[in-house]
Amino acid sequence: MSARMLPAGSDPIRPGPTAPVTIHVDGEPVTGAAGQTIAGIVLANGRLAWRRTSSDGRPRGLFCGIGVCFDCIVTVNGDRDVRACQRRACDGDVVSSQHDELPEVHR
Amino acid sequence: MTEVLVVGAGPAGLAAALAARARGAAVTLLDAADELGGQYWRHLPPQRPAARERALHHGWARFERMRRELEADPGCEVLTSAQVWAIEPADDDGRVGADGRLIDGGDRAVAGAAARAALVVHVLVGPVDGADRVARSIRPDALVLATGAHDRTLPFPGWDLPGVFTAGAAQALAKGERVAVGERVVVAGAGPFLLPVAASLAATGARVVGVHEANRPGRLAAGWLPRPWALIGAVGKAGELAGYAWNHVRHRIPYRTGSAVVAAHGTDRVEAVTIASLDRDWRPIAGTERRVEADAVCVSHGFTPRLELPIAAGCAITSDRFVVVDAGQGTSVAGVYAAGEITGIGGVDAALAEGAVAGHVAAGGSPTDAEISREMRARRTTTDFAGRIEASHGIRSGWTAWLDDDTLVCRCEEVPYGRLRATGDATCSTGLRSLKLTTRAGLGICQGRICGRTVEHLLGGDGGFADGVSTDRRPIAAPVRLAELAGASAPNRPEGHLRKETP
Repeated sequence: MSARMLPAGSDPIRPGPTAPVTIHVDGEPVTGAAGQTIAGIVLANGRLAWRRTSSDGRPRGLFCGIGVCFDCIVTVNGDRDVRACQRRACDGDVVSSQHDELPEVHR
Repeated sequence: MTEVLVVGAGPAGLAAALAARARGAAVTLLDAADELGGQYWRHLPPQRPAARERALHHGWARFERMRRELEADPGCEVLTSAQVWAIEPADDDGRVGADGRLIDGGDRAVAGAAARAALVVHVLVGPVDGADRVARSIRPDALVLATGAHDRTLPFPGWDLPGVFTAGAAQALAKGERVAVGERVVVAGAGPFLLPVAASLAATGARVVGVHEANRPGRLAAGWLPRPWALIGAVGKAGELAGYAWNHVRHRIPYRTGSAVVAAHGTDRVEAVTIASLDRDWRPIAGTERRVEADAVCVSHGFTPRLELPIAAGCAITSDRFVVVDAGQGTSVAGVYAAGEITGIGGVDAALAEGAVAGHVAAGGSPTDAEISREMRARRTTTDFAGRIEASHGIRSGWTAWLDDDTLVCRCEEVPYGRLRATGDATCSTGLRSLKLTTRAGLGICQGRICGRTVEHLLGGDGGFADGVSTDRRPIAAPVRLAELAGASAPNRPEGHLRKETP
């Protein structure tokens, strides 16, 4: 049970052919359709969470989906804090999840 | 030629840009997204054409017409992937006081539409949150703000679990990517927006197991039934709602009033929710709780207008927190206009009418001109519609009864309800700024966008704070990298006026 992309064959809006785009998320290759956001590709591949919160280490993924909440931030090609729900994936993007621990966590 | 800058390319911004062009102004239309249309007309990217994309939208033909016209118009510069991060007074117009407000109005003191905006708008253009965006500062004659709104989601136990989304997230992924956020989805909250979200989910292959509207039938009827003649002008909107209702019947989605998701359950992801009946003040009724299995929950209790830019521009804000506008959509600041959801949650028809009026007047026209008489009439009808949405669906105070001490209020800084109250009580502070510093609520990377209104309600009631601060004030309107800040043009030294350049 998870998020998924509606297969083109059963989509009532009759989508045309799409080109694949492959990105690397924490070292794993993940494929989606050209024009998808990083969050959309990761979600549709069955991963619901990718960040860990700083204080309690809780899992987070996409929440607002429109660039407001910053829950979904990832590191993309070395740039930190990129909103995965807003950034369109480019073929070969290297994405890594973030867990910015606070010093207090080690107490 | 008057140079008009329109910020936000949703329905209001598109209408403003077109009307300003029709009146002969040079227009720059910018949006943080890389596509036009805003959240309402969020759509598939050009790489994914679909023969019947219009089936996912209302007014799609109108959007395509507006977009085509603006993109083909050499007098309109369309600037996408453009994030406004600050608005500040221009140094050639009046002095700036210690509080950042203009104390000597300069040419703001000139009454009427011809007064020039005395503001500089700072923009970063390039890939979202990228490190190499191009800085640009724009000094327009008139500024139209059409920044829209985002979901307001009230906290409940488990709302921070992966698999809990805002309703807007489900809508964006369905329309923009054809991704359904789950297979068994519960939609809950308040307001007419729940219906199109459920419809989009169903059209994307998800099974919507229920739509839960917090308000009870009595309140819904009280808001929607009086003065039905006033709705005649809003037939476009009524038709849209009828379409959603039909969709519900077709997909057999249960629509329950007076009920809410009061908790989400799971360890590392949502597995089920508790649904309870609510009384008229949204207080859960004991004994009505039932557990429903779901792999996704989409929740929205209304909308929060995006006010940081109007506030940065110095615009007066109403007591119910919208931008004050006059008959011509002019704000309290000369040369600055506002349209769409930031002036009241009124939906697409209101936004289109207000946008057209704002663009026309910003370009030097008058609200009494014949060219916009149709929009002026539409504006009056849709204002009534906005009042009905608030009367029928506005948040009621009993919702706090579903909070636990462990329920996170601020998601970014991970501040739970119990600690928020205890810290607030212990410091005896009545100022929001000091309460934010001691509780840390609202200090995270979302800049208080998600929890701000909730924190204000929980700490101060609805009476406001002694320091007069609101969480809507964000002098840095979007997070920027320090390197970008260092590399940006120095404050008060604009690069030029609406220069044509390729980002």
